[in-house]
Amino acid sequence: MIAAALTTDSFLERLPVLARDTVTGRLPESWRWMAGSLLEIIAILAGFGLLFAYLTLAERKILGRIQNRPGPNRTGWFGLLQPFADGVKALTKEDVVPAGADRVLHFLAPVVLVAVSLLGFAVLPFGRHLVAVELDTAVLYFFAAGTATELAVFMAGWASHNKYSLLAAMRALAQLISYELPLLLSVVPVVLVAGTLSTTKIVAAQGGWSLGFVPHWHVFTPWGAAGFVLFMVAALAESNRSPFDLPEAESELIAGHLTEYSGFKYALFFMAEYFGMCALSGMAVTLFLGGWGAPLAQLEWIPSYAWFTAKLLVLLLGFIWIRATLPRLRLDQLMKFAWKFLVPLTLLNLANAAGWSLTAGWTGPLQLVRWAVALALVAVPFVVLGRTLSAGSAPRTYRFA
Amino acid sequence: MTFTFLILAVIILGSALAAALRPNLIHCALLLVVSWLGVAGFYLWAGAEFVAFAQVLVYVGALSMVVLFAVLLTRQSRAELRVDAPETRRAVWAVIAGVAVSGVIGAAVFATKWDPAPVTAPEVTVRGLGLELMGAHAAALLLLGVLLTAALLGAVVLAAPDRPEKEEKS
Amino acid sequence: MLGSGILQGLLVTAKNFVGSFHDPARYTTLEYPEVKPALPEAYRNFPFLVCDNATDPLGTLRCVACQICEKECPPQCIYIEKSRDKKPDATGKPQIYPAVFAIDTSVCMSCQICVEVCPFDAIKMDQVFEVATTDRYAALLLDRGQLTKPNTYFHTIHPTEAAEVDARLAADRQAAEEKARVAALAKAKAPAAPQAPAAPVAKRDQTPESAP
Repeated sequence: MIAAALTTDSFLERLPVLARDTVTGRLPESWRWMAGSLLEIIAILAGFGLLFAYLTLAERKILGRIQNRPGPNRTGWFGLLQPFADGVKALTKEDVVPAGADRVLHFLAPVVLVAVSLLGFAVLPFGRHLVAVELDTAVLYFFAAGTATELAVFMAGWASHNKYSLLAAMRALAQLISYELPLLLSVVPVVLVAGTLSTTKIVAAQGGWSLGFVPHWHVFTPWGAAGFVLFMVAALAESNRSPFDLPEAESELIAGHLTEYSGFKYALFFMAEYFGMCALSGMAVTLFLGGWGAPLAQLEWIPSYAWFTAKLLVLLLGFIWIRATLPRLRLDQLMKFAWKFLVPLTLLNLANAAGWSLTAGWTGPLQLVRWAVALALVAVPFVVLGRTLSAGSAPRTYRFA
Repeated sequence: MTFTFLILAVIILGSALAAALRPNLIHCALLLVVSWLGVAGFYLWAGAEFVAFAQVLVYVGALSMVVLFAVLLTRQSRAELRVDAPETRRAVWAVIAGVAVSGVIGAAVFATKWDPAPVTAPEVTVRGLGLELMGAHAAALLLLGVLLTAALLGAVVLAAPDRPEKEEKS
Repeated sequence: MLGSGILQGLLVTAKNFVGSFHDPARYTTLEYPEVKPALPEAYRNFPFLVCDNATDPLGTLRCVACQICEKECPPQCIYIEKSRDKKPDATGKPQIYPAVFAIDTSVCMSCQICVEVCPFDAIKMDQVFEVATTDRYAALLLDRGQLTKPNTYFHTIHPTEAAEVDARLAADRQAAEEKARVAALAKAKAPAAPQAPAAPVAKRDQTPESAP
């Protein structure tokens, strides 16, 4: 990588790269790139595998606390071995395949889902020198890799030979396709302003501070804040998380397209869900929260990957908090929300970002005008759309409750 | 490099052939997706990253869903998903259509004068792509936009309820 | 405004999360095997037989094998066999006692009717709930020895009821004593004076360690 930059960085910052180089340095020259890639793959698999394991535990403990109960605390110290106990349980369970199932597709669905959900991690810049693959079109790659999850969901629903699975899979597909649009449209403004599809360059574009303490993160601009919120809402829906967890609505659809899965295949679906959640959160960090950048110049001595991890964890905890709070949407509400609310707002936000990048040269009092116009373009449509859409339905009065 | 190309060719053609021959329509559709993925891999092999990922996004992400939805919504039962053994009449028409399409494409390929000089893949910038789309290919972009808008409006008209919602409530 | 409800909801869950760490009123979970629940006094599950002296449980049973409970038991889970001989009871009257007293706890439905109908306060409801055995037949049929528990135990689980029962029994005993004394006086006027019953009653009054 960039050798000049490496020498000026602190030891901690260089540590992962140094570790990789010491391992690959022992190998002949022609093998190094392959060994390096393998190490990166192992690091991502191990890191996010562990994150997945402890995320499930954190989720159960936090949900427990929010519902005033302790959560799992029996396996190991404070329940820290619980994920491994769950893993052993999933591995030792009987793997049931329905008699009428399409055996090949039934087997392929979870495998494809996990494989595809791991692809996105390749282009996330975890730190200043930590990105597995540097692509000019990384953002496009990320979302292209994500679209294949829909196929896996369809395969799971269809191959199970169960009408509930199939119906739920169709619902899941409708949801995934509907929310893909606002997800992509909320990313476009970032690409527009940064002028690049490369994740590393988008992070680099967010470096620096104005007034000495306000980072140039996209989330601190009006269109960026709106884009971040829209992106996170769409990400919630894309990763099938509550309140958009209709596909596996336990109370209504048995378990949706997962009904006919058991044992480790079932665990694989959950692994894919958490991987997807992590990847989308990582993308949100990269696009809107300044990636691995430190919030203050004085805090830059903390290595960049620690900042990335911290931001990622905050977003993941937000996912869990939202899950503990909101009830599930109805299917028609879900569709209405996507097409009548999110899509118009993301389109307006795109125009807003275009205006923002056109007025980048304005200075002095004109800058106030720029901020006022941008803020109005976020707030006014939100309030107007919210009013018209919820007219007649809110607030609800419960007469007999 | 040639080896990679051969593997890609086997994947693309093999899955396409299997898609044409499998009796199960869903399998056909999924094999078609594999074929599209192979084409995306081919673009990657040729150094056209942007086209490759756009191919995956559009074909694997969106078009496959359209195909699968169409198959599922037009068949009444699982039994109908089976395609009958090839009838001669249909096979003849299929061969005629195939030969015609490949003739058109082949003619276009052979009519083009190829410049065999090695070309390095140009660096893709968003700005460059935008200028290209809005400049040289503006007409095609507009036409596609009109087409898709018409399709969207048609879908809305088909999906909209016959009566306004307020009347239904009363 | 749209979204204000979501923010309110998030605030509620956040309050719950924080509150569960410092507010015992919110965090009510008891981690059972380590922390035993404080059972309410009225809690009941299976019947047990009350004896007055813990050192001689079977000798000081209050049960006189009248078999009312056996007949009243709706699921018929009580089995009693009367003894052939007689022993003095709590009030000193010679009574028969149960040679066999067995309750099938797998049949018992914890209705407390046996307790309601017992004229001698000999059967009461227990509070044991950790009942588990490895044998579903013999181990669930409790015999006289397993069913008998001292009056002190009754005091620990149902203090109010036990005090009431003790007071009533003491009053009965006093009444019996009074009656015996009157009878003795009447007998004393008459030539023959059988004083035998009075003495054991007085003695028995000392023995129960049931004074609360």
